[in-house]
Amino acid sequence: MSAEAILTRNFARSDSHTLGVYRETGGYQAWAKAQAMEPTAILEEVKRSNLRGLGGAGFPTGTKWSFIPKNHPGPVYLVINADEGEPGTFKDRYLLERDPHALIEGMLIAARAIRSATGFVYIRGEYVEPWRRFAAAVREAYEARYLGNGFDIVVHRGAGAYICGEETGLISSLEGKKGWPKLKPPFPAIKGAFGAPTIVNNVETICQVPHVINRGAEWFAGLGTKTQGGTRMYSVSGRVARPAVYETSVSITLRQLIYDLAGGVTGNGKLKAVVPGGSSAAILTADEIDVTMDVDGLRNAGTMAGSAGVIVMDETVSIPEALMVVARFYAHESCGQCTPCRESTGWIYKMTRRIVERRGRKEDLDTILDVAKRGAGTTICAFYDGAVGPYISYIEKFRGEFEALVPK
Amino acid sequence: MKGRDDAPAVPTFSEAQLAEVHRLQALYPDPQGALLPALHLAQEAFGYISLETEEYVAGLFNLSPAHVHEVVTFYTLYFRERPGRHVVAVCHNLSCHLAGAPAIIAHLKTRLGVAPGETTADGRVTLLSVECLCACEAAPMMQVDDRYELNLTPAKVDQILGGLA
Ligand SMILES: Cc1cc2nc3c(=O)[nH]c(=O)nc-3n(C[C@H](O)[C@H](O)[C@H](O)COP(=O)(O)O)c2cc1C
Ligand code: SF4
Ligand code: FES
Repeated sequence: MSAEAILTRNFARSDSHTLGVYRETGGYQAWAKAQAMEPTAILEEVKRSNLRGLGGAGFPTGTKWSFIPKNHPGPVYLVINADEGEPGTFKDRYLLERDPHALIEGMLIAARAIRSATGFVYIRGEYVEPWRRFAAAVREAYEARYLGNGFDIVVHRGAGAYICGEETGLISSLEGKKGWPKLKPPFPAIKGAFGAPTIVNNVETICQVPHVINRGAEWFAGLGTKTQGGTRMYSVSGRVARPAVYETSVSITLRQLIYDLAGGVTGNGKLKAVVPGGSSAAILTADEIDVTMDVDGLRNAGTMAGSAGVIVMDETVSIPEALMVVARFYAHESCGQCTPCRESTGWIYKMTRRIVERRGRKEDLDTILDVAKRGAGTTICAFYDGAVGPYISYIEKFRGEFEALVPK
Repeated sequence: MKGRDDAPAVPTFSEAQLAEVHRLQALYPDPQGALLPALHLAQEAFGYISLETEEYVAGLFNLSPAHVHEVVTFYTLYFRERPGRHVVAVCHNLSCHLAGAPAIIAHLKTRLGVAPGETTADGRVTLLSVECLCACEAAPMMQVDDRYELNLTPAKVDQILGGLA
């Protein structure tokens, strides 16, 4: 079942991050090929490959690139989102540490497609080792003249704030401000970093691009489902035998991922629930895992593929306690700009905590659901919707467990 | 704001550090893009970001001290008071929680005699409890200064703490 390893093919080698190994295994050949292609031909190839953003929203990559205004007179920027912070996700850390040249090559190709001369890579501040590895690879790429010949990369470090993973928050932060998201439109492709048209893509998305160019859109599309091409890296953690990052086709089911790849459920061995796409994805029960892990498969199941961070819980896990931990995260990370988000995240954390500490009241659950639903869809960015997913799904799907904690 | 008289020596970058700030500023279409990197440099140089440092950095960027203050206080990695010689940031998010983070945090508290957010009396360690550091495959985990320490057990925590000068 497990598809061919593409992004992770060199991960077993301890020197996989070096230019030598990257070149030895076919690295920078796609860039050579892309240099002979018209920018629009690259864009069309990526469109036909059905590559979809792997950072969270799952937006078709080629389509996003096509939003850059044609013949724009000023600079256009390519910004790489390496601010990985979605709880349960750790794939970009692996890519930066173990295959940094894949990102550089992907950036060269993407930059040609959108006619950009400058790329920024925004790396989460806590990722010190990944940053060192990536910065070293950038130096190698300059020495080898892949960079500095019409395309430059600036490696930028964040300073600790989950919200800077949201693309407009990331742009604010890159500009030397606090990471407040901005209302869209205008979308970054029209007015992004430093006021210029900007494409923001996730690390993994861009690492796929050289393979699309090397082996063709049809090949890539054929690896996945009808509406999403390729493989992706699933971060699997929680109560499984082999927590790790697994690269496989997006057509894998959640059941296969848990049982065939991650070695099955630990704890008491019985599955209770799974978060399929990072903590902002709605939770699934043990009966809901026969879904394919592509963007549309999970959307149809009422949740989302998000960042592909899969968190597994066995029957001994307390769902109310899990929600309390998740709610604490959203309360801490809300940027505070929108009233519903700022107020509800703090308040819902307190209420959930009160229930877990057996000080709750029967009506609390409906009040939480009501408050959660009311703010949804009204905020500047998708952070709050990402918090509402877990609030509602944990309570609605495991209501009995919450009620059992309320004193009679 | 503290009066100038009892303020610590005004923070000043060395020539080399200033050159690095200017190099960083030139990398961005607007020099302000280098603000976060420059604040990282300042924290490395001065140990933390005081109000005086904010003012100094603001001067280097032609920004108001209020803007720099707003930035510094927005991000978790800038310290506004001098931290201990080592910073131990233990993850308390979901995957670590499922793998026993509460017991690890309790153990750290006992061993260090401080709660998250506090520094040991000898100034050796600042303990923090933080959100997902994205190494959930090796939960429970913590960050000690620049290093990720993975698959923690109480015994492993003792060994790591024992190695901190
Ligand atoms: C609250 C929030 C946090 C996000 N965090 C990340 C992140 O850490 N990494 C990431 O690539 N995308 C993140 N995203 C998605 C980005 O906004 C954006 O869609 C993505 O970087 C686009 O790249 P892609 O199309 O290649 O996926 C986040 C979105 C939201 C709303
Ligand atoms: S939804 Fe929340 S995180 Fe997003 S801008 Fe509004 S307050 Fe900030
Ligand atoms: S939950 Fe602790 S590293 Fe992700």
